[in-house]
Amino acid sequence: MIELRNISKTYSKGVQALKNINLKIDKEDFIFLVGPSGAGKSTFIKLLLKEEEPTEGNIIIKDKDVTNLSRRKVPYHRRNIGIVFQDFRLLPNKTVYENVAFAMQIIEASSKEIRRQVPMILGMVGLSNKASSYPHELSGGEKQRVSIARAIVNNPSILIADEPTGNLDPETAWEIMKVLKQINRRGTTVLMATHARDIVDIMQQRVIALEKGRIVRDEQRGAYGYEG
Amino acid sequence: MKARTVKYTFSQGFKGLWRNRGMTAASIGSVAASLMILGLIIILVLNISNSAELLKMQFDEVQIYLQDDLSVQEIDSVGNEIEEISGISEITYESKEEALSKFKESWGEEGYLLDSLEENTLPNSYIIKIENLEIADEIVNEISVIEGIDEIKYYKEVVDQLLNIASFIRTAGLIIILVLVLIAVFIISNTIKLTLNARRQEIGIMKYVGATNWFIRWPFILEGMFLGFMGGVIAIATVYFGYNYVFEAITDQFFVMISVHMIPVESMMDKVILMFAVLGTGVGALGSIFSLRRHLRV
Repeated sequence: MIELRNISKTYSKGVQALKNINLKIDKEDFIFLVGPSGAGKSTFIKLLLKEEEPTEGNIIIKDKDVTNLSRRKVPYHRRNIGIVFQDFRLLPNKTVYENVAFAMQIIEASSKEIRRQVPMILGMVGLSNKASSYPHELSGGEKQRVSIARAIVNNPSILIADEPTGNLDPETAWEIMKVLKQINRRGTTVLMATHARDIVDIMQQRVIALEKGRIVRDEQRGAYGYEG
Repeated sequence: MKARTVKYTFSQGFKGLWRNRGMTAASIGSVAASLMILGLIIILVLNISNSAELLKMQFDEVQIYLQDDLSVQEIDSVGNEIEEISGISEITYESKEEALSKFKESWGEEGYLLDSLEENTLPNSYIIKIENLEIADEIVNEISVIEGIDEIKYYKEVVDQLLNIASFIRTAGLIIILVLVLIAVFIISNTIKLTLNARRQEIGIMKYVGATNWFIRWPFILEGMFLGFMGGVIAIATVYFGYNYVFEAITDQFFVMISVHMIPVESMMDKVILMFAVLGTGVGALGSIFSLRRHLRV
């Protein structure tokens, strides 16, 4: 699903964010991307999203080399990838339903598809009864579920979650993890950058640890492995 | 582009206009002001060129005034001498009596005022037509040496002067317009920037979900085009009513002579309407594009 070959990324200021990364991620993988701040997790995600270009190496996604994708094609590339942020990033003046439907509108889905797909996805993340609520009326966990619904409503092959539980209490965090695992079981590759040690240790999924821009550990059924 | 995308684009475009009402008004006003000045310049230039054009048509006619004390024979001999000069296509004699009645006609209803003149001071004259205007000067020189001629009148200088004025107004006007258009573009790009900032979060989400660049850009460009177009409409209305007013004031209250040279409102607006609509919309689009290039990385 995702393959990185000899990927290095040096920013213009000379900061080397990633060094010679080689990695293969399979379709059914659920991956925890761990490592201290500044280890290169954000750069890793930005490269996948084509927000940044690698200095060296190739990125292959769904058997397609996207390293030198033209800017015009980037939007279509991003439709393969759903993204969830720590701070939810919901539109405050739109309802839950509208926030999710928005993601379909902007890739020009038909209103018939939208009417069918949005309620289904809201059901999947357990928010059917909140469809007409506004974000400020929701709890943190609910907000994150809206943002997950928005990320997967267009059926991307890959879901990237950048510290999705960072703003949530442990109990709510586990609810979110259940939703993510369910999405993974449905056949979506999930890549989650996190500092949540408990979650990583208990979930027993593949763990990729970055440190100073290098992969220092890549274990199936791994643990968080850092102190604190 | 799909129909619902067009709908989305329009609704987003108009939301932006309403959100920044103050800047919307300023933008429309700046485009309107620029185009109004352009209208003024167009009116001046077109009218002056038109007058010059009309004068030019009379310019192939040279009027040769004869001295007052010539006998009939002398008048004939002057006419013969003129006829011998090559390059003249037509020659007519106009007696002082004919000149007077023509003059009366040109005064129209007020012509009766001339009836009280005791003496006809208008001269006898020959009116000639020149085949090739470029050698007009030479012909006039040749005629001027003939004896018995008082004065030769033709319109070259006046025409040249009018054309000079028109071209000066055109050049000075274009510079002023250019500055005004730049200001309008700047104001519009600032208005669009406000909308951009108000929608920054939304745009961020759109990018991550995979909205195409043009899907993101169109509402902003539409907003700018609308601003420019509205400015154009206001300018069109102002120029129309303004010119109409002046045209009628001159026709009614002053003498008829000038208004004959003024281009009627309708044929003036023919040129102005399309030009202003296109220019206004174009300036608006330009402002948006500037703003998007500077403030939106897609």
